[in-house]
Amino acid sequence: MSIKLFRIDDRLIHGQVVVGWGQPLHVRFIVLVDDVVRASPSEQELYRMGVPAHIDVIFASVAEAAARLPEWDADPRPGIVVSGDIATLAALTENCHRVARINVGGIHAKPGRSERLRFVFLSDAEAAELRRLAARGIEVTAQDVPTARPVPLAEFA
Amino acid sequence: MSEPLRGVIVSHAAVAAALIAAVESITGVGDAFVPVSNDGCDREALFQTLAAAVGEHPAVLFVDLPGGSCLTGAVAYARGRPGLAVVTGVNLAMLLDFVFHRELAPLAAAQRAAAAGSRAIRTPAA
Repeated sequence: MSIKLFRIDDRLIHGQVVVGWGQPLHVRFIVLVDDVVRASPSEQELYRMGVPAHIDVIFASVAEAAARLPEWDADPRPGIVVSGDIATLAALTENCHRVARINVGGIHAKPGRSERLRFVFLSDAEAAELRRLAARGIEVTAQDVPTARPVPLAEFA
Repeated sequence: MSEPLRGVIVSHAAVAAALIAAVESITGVGDAFVPVSNDGCDREALFQTLAAAVGEHPAVLFVDLPGGSCLTGAVAYARGRPGLAVVTGVNLAMLLDFVFHRELAPLAAAQRAAAAGSRAIRTPAA
């Protein structure tokens, strides 16, 4: 399997993704799935800035990502798929058996959310959405960096 | 005399606060910089923190890494604000230079600080 990590992180591409996970996984491509960023060249420029030249960055809408997931999965290079919210990754898992694990890497505080872990804040609806993913056989854990303990879903949602 | 530039250091964890403490211990100047940490911040929260740190002042935003959430937030915030300039790879040498050249325009001060910071990176013989 070429995609080493399916990550939910509202900072999208940042240090933990590029360095924290990218180095040990020897990542060579990152897919950022976000409809807003996909439509904005200036946002794409921002997210490209911190990525070394040897890592390709692919910007995809949710629909594009759903269509191209098999292609990325067949890529011989290791890759990461990152989205900013649970709903996006949930949409990618619909009718798709390729996503076995989801990494909750960072969901920050907003009105309506409560703190579940230092780096995970969820509304009740978001917690329920994660539980629905788990009920479909997807392993959901929270882990900001690879050296941290992967926290099982039952401990935070 | 116009208002001196403000320096806003945007960093992971407590790097910004530590750099400001070092600048003050060396120069005795304690009001040139404001620290901003990205701890617990998504883009929106970082924007709010930056807005509070910058206020209505002309400023240079010193960012720790040339990529990542601190930079994306700082660059996005500075867009369309001509009174702001951004420098990445913040180090103590560039901050010490900036302290004494805060009368410059933001972009000129940022470029000068970047040059000073670059000059400080060496591999001296042991």
